[in-house]
Amino acid sequence: MFRFFYHYSSLRNFYFFSAKLTPFLIAVFLAFLIYSLYGALISAPADYQQGDSFRIIYVHVPSAWMSLLVYMAMGLSAVSVLVWRVKLAEITLGAIAPIGATFTLAALITGSIWGKPMWGTWWEWDARLTSELVLLFLYLGVIALLKAIDDRRTGARSASILCLIGIINIPIVHYSVEWWNTLHQGPTVSKFDSPSIHIDMLIPLLTMTVAFMLYFAIISLYRIRSAILVYDKETQWVKDLIKRNERGQI
Amino acid sequence: MITDTNNWNTLFMLVRRDVLKTWRESADLLYPIMFFVLVTILFPFALSPETLVLRSFAGGLLWIAALLAMSVSLENLFKTDYSSGALEAIVLSGVPLLLVGLAKAIANWVLSGLPIIILAIPLALSLGIDTFSLSILLLSLTLGSVTISLIGTSIGALSVGLRSAGMLIIVLALPFFIPILIFGAVATSNSQTGLIPEAELYFLAGLLVLAVTLTPWATASAIRTRLG
Repeated sequence: MFRFFYHYSSLRNFYFFSAKLTPFLIAVFLAFLIYSLYGALISAPADYQQGDSFRIIYVHVPSAWMSLLVYMAMGLSAVSVLVWRVKLAEITLGAIAPIGATFTLAALITGSIWGKPMWGTWWEWDARLTSELVLLFLYLGVIALLKAIDDRRTGARSASILCLIGIINIPIVHYSVEWWNTLHQGPTVSKFDSPSIHIDMLIPLLTMTVAFMLYFAIISLYRIRSAILVYDKETQWVKDLIKRNERGQI
Repeated sequence: MITDTNNWNTLFMLVRRDVLKTWRESADLLYPIMFFVLVTILFPFALSPETLVLRSFAGGLLWIAALLAMSVSLENLFKTDYSSGALEAIVLSGVPLLLVGLAKAIANWVLSGLPIIILAIPLALSLGIDTFSLSILLLSLTLGSVTISLIGTSIGALSVGLRSAGMLIIVLALPFFIPILIFGAVATSNSQTGLIPEAELYFLAGLLVLAVTLTPWATASAIRTRLG
């Protein structure tokens, strides 16, 4: 078990392992994406109240879920950075923060587009919108701190501390903001016994979320691999790789 | 560990040192206080000089002014100690970093939180707030400002010695202050409309307890990272 982590958290091994993994991930991602797009745009019935415009849920809700999930992934990397000083986790933290910020922004923008016809306004100072906006600033804070510190390792450790304070803060912000004001429609999926969404609408939503997760995995692996090359640019294996690349052997 | 009398002494010495240093050596003490008063008097110019209007916003705008003033004060917390090497000397002296973090937060509160709370009294009265709401405002400011100092110290420690640290600290810290602002401002405005603000005050107290328990660890770990 320990040897397994040791082996794959070495930057070089991770680089080649993820290179092999990526095509497989892309294939599964495309399968999920095509199936969910069909389900979302064609086979799911139109909503009796919101008509076809409810279909933006297939982008909005997965983005919103991913915005939290990526923050949790950052939290896990932060713990690995602070406790075990794993180099790979340091790289991961910096690589996935912008992706998380983008998901958050996507959730906000699609929510705004959805809000215009449904609530009659682009933006409402509603609890869940506002806490998503705060989440965006937590992401931007981590990114800003990473950029501000020149030394990469110190930067990653500092950003990890900030990220962990943020993790404690997210539920506090969420509930305090709910205390303050709420208008958002109640959660449609989390009520497990009787979700207030039709099963034909729900299944594409769940598969779309899986597609989003796979997309996140692919993009973050890509970003991590680029960062590994920069991080290890002085080592022999990267130099060999560059030489082989120049000779056109890859 | 902290119950050791020796550690209480160390904590007291560290706080005393910070407070005296700022008191004697620089005008840093004045900036957050001036900022607080200036921001507060901007609101009547922007909104309306009518007491009726101002009274209904009094709690919120005093809270915003206090929050901004305390965020501004965070930059100076570590700056001189870092550039003079004193922070490094303190760390090398073997004092538990947990105590250093706690001491910095207490010093920050004494130097910026406390004067702001005192100055909030005349400012709130000039905005036409009644006595009961004033007492709630002061109570919420007291609970909230300690939490702000504690969280702010961790964020300040993360950006020790960075270029343009001042702006960075403010930008990093403000999202963390939102819950405090909500409960503080809602407590005050509830007391003005005759509602009982008990729940919000309990929430503020809860946040304070959480911050006392967790933030010194974050500060200690941040100092170790920045100097390590």
